[in-house]
Amino acid sequence: MRILVTGGHVIDPSQEFAGRADILIEDGQVKTFARDKKLKNNLTGPQDRVIDAAGMWVVPGLIDMHTHLREPGYENKETIRTGSMAALSGGFTTVCAMPNTNPVNDNPGVTEFILKKARAEGNARVLPIGAVTKGQMGEELAPLYMMREAGCVAFSDDGRPVANPLIMRRALEYAKGLDALIISHAEDPLLSDGGVMNEGLLSATMGLKGSPAVAEEVMIYRDIALSELTGGRVHIAHVSTLGGVRVIRQAKERGVAVTAETCPHYFSLTQEAVSGFNTHARVNPPLRTQRDVEAIKEGLRDGTIDIIATDHAPHGRAEKISRQFDDAPPGISGLEAAVPLSMALVGQGVLSEMELVRKLTQSPAKALRIEGGTLREGSPAELAVIDPQRRFVLKAEGFISLGKNTPFDGMEMKGAVVATVFGGRIMEWQRA
Amino acid sequence: MAGASGRHLLGIKELSAQDIMLYLNSAGSFKDILKRDIKKVPALRGRTVVNLFLEPSTRTRTSFELAAKRLSTDVINFSAPSSSILKGESLLDTALTVEALGADIIIIRHSSSGTPHMLSRHLKAHLINAGDGTNEHPTQALLDAFTIKEKKGGFEGLKVAIVGDIIHSRVAKSNVYCLKKLGADIRLVGPATLLPEEFRELGVSTTSSMDEGLDGADVIMMLRLQLERQGKGFFPTTAEYFRQWGLSKRRLEAAKPDAIVMHPGPMNRGIEIASAVADGDNSVILEQVTNGLAVRMAVMYHLDERKEQ
Repeated sequence: MRILVTGGHVIDPSQEFAGRADILIEDGQVKTFARDKKLKNNLTGPQDRVIDAAGMWVVPGLIDMHTHLREPGYENKETIRTGSMAALSGGFTTVCAMPNTNPVNDNPGVTEFILKKARAEGNARVLPIGAVTKGQMGEELAPLYMMREAGCVAFSDDGRPVANPLIMRRALEYAKGLDALIISHAEDPLLSDGGVMNEGLLSATMGLKGSPAVAEEVMIYRDIALSELTGGRVHIAHVSTLGGVRVIRQAKERGVAVTAETCPHYFSLTQEAVSGFNTHARVNPPLRTQRDVEAIKEGLRDGTIDIIATDHAPHGRAEKISRQFDDAPPGISGLEAAVPLSMALVGQGVLSEMELVRKLTQSPAKALRIEGGTLREGSPAELAVIDPQRRFVLKAEGFISLGKNTPFDGMEMKGAVVATVFGGRIMEWQRA
Repeated sequence: MAGASGRHLLGIKELSAQDIMLYLNSAGSFKDILKRDIKKVPALRGRTVVNLFLEPSTRTRTSFELAAKRLSTDVINFSAPSSSILKGESLLDTALTVEALGADIIIIRHSSSGTPHMLSRHLKAHLINAGDGTNEHPTQALLDAFTIKEKKGGFEGLKVAIVGDIIHSRVAKSNVYCLKKLGADIRLVGPATLLPEEFRELGVSTTSSMDEGLDGADVIMMLRLQLERQGKGFFPTTAEYFRQWGLSKRRLEAAKPDAIVMHPGPMNRGIEIASAVADGDNSVILEQVTNGLAVRMAVMYHLDERKEQ
């Protein structure tokens, strides 16, 4: 079977290429990457297909290094099957599954379960992230070597921080020997102290417990310092604050090999979104202020923030809408809104299209030291076709993800994933 | 939804000065009724009022119950300790059940901020917020404003000091929004751990100095200090707290001689307020309680007029 993707505007940061190119796919691999020229359509097989990408962006399949697939344990929120299909619908062909499932992915048995399930009924590629500590309790190291052998691509206690600095130090030292990346959910829990939104006037006047921005900043500082001490590689998840960006920037200036991600909601929304006790805007770390949003954009622009990840955190409908704000679980269903929200950065002049696509493909691949995120000849044919001009109204009810929890519901978006190629299949997506 | 034509009273934040004055003026009429021999009017006969109190309360619940009875409604008290099983879905289910029983007005108190707002998205009955977490306690602010109006005649330029644990006080916050809308000059006084400076963005002043805060004040509102805050780093001891922010006879001298002293109750005598002040000539604390009835009658009366759109 052959697929010809023709006439598109191809953006592939791994080849530093952005321009007209045709791509011929054969047996699930990129056979020909024809720069600046049109390939002759001599496809004759009954299975052969042509994708007319005129006016479209064609990009390597996106990589989300921060996804909650919820399985095993919380199949009412999401499953490997639905989450990985939602990923494809959002243009992501690889998702990294965070370990805060039930049971926690803190041993090779759970890792194997996830991989087996993903092979049997998964859609996109699922790469598990293992827990740093047993049960994510922050006390004893999980068997990182065995989990890496089983297929974990990184380690994180995401959802909660590794609060004890000595355990974090040991984790970084130990992981260094495995050349494994530790992903830090940077939050000092004694400072955040159960806060449910950003601390400030709004939290005070709403009567909601605030989590101060410094709770993130001091933890980022701690983990960067521990990374320098040990030589272990650390990646900072979901950066949301001005102070956090500043600490990472300073570390990079002195040559620390730290990487960092942010999520679309941290450059698209401020804390005002929680007004009216809107539980769909409850997320951890919380939405911050306009100053923080501007700092996140500046961090993306100057390269302090390497990666855009979704922190896709699906929840059941009732968990969000029939609970009080402080009782509703934090999280935003992110896979199916990430592309249009991120493309707004190009329109705002924050990122070039090349840098935007890099933060969604090459940079996460590099941080994780995995294959993918490229359309080089010989690589697996995984790509997304995006209509950059398409305007549509985001409808959460239309999500493939079981998690319809998004503060972006009903908002007008520009830029839509119209097709995804993965595993030799072409999937086309309708947007209302 | 919650303004002048609003079917609920969720908070003062959502009200205009005009909305507030409507309630205060009607409360005056209801107060006259409460002075009669027969203190009951048939205004809301046949209506059902449910007191859904999921946080311990005697004073506010009793006040609402009596106010509802004075309006000739049928009142049901649904009290429960604020347990975790009464949170989340089961709280909504409880409220839906109460509504299915025919409740026209549901008065809700809950330890989580925003509970009435969440319920208002699911219920058709009129909701009155009787205190939600550390967000608002609108009827307390209305009865305080009513009391101030009675004693001082108006609000414009009135110097009001609110003293104590501001950040955790729904009473303080509702009063700030209410009195600010009515034109008063507000100073918030308390330890910096319990009084974030961000409040200044609301157009009020903040200070940790009691003398500065009380200087020339017309109205002093003392707040109840939650004793469990001690030991959490907010202040060292209640004795030290009283020395700095307790209202003693001597401290009262900084205010105007005819200043009124208010407290939403229940009081911690000797911790935030000296008995000599609580029971002294400047105190209007018991009148606040009486006025609470009239204000709550006015709120129920007006909400009942507002039909579903």
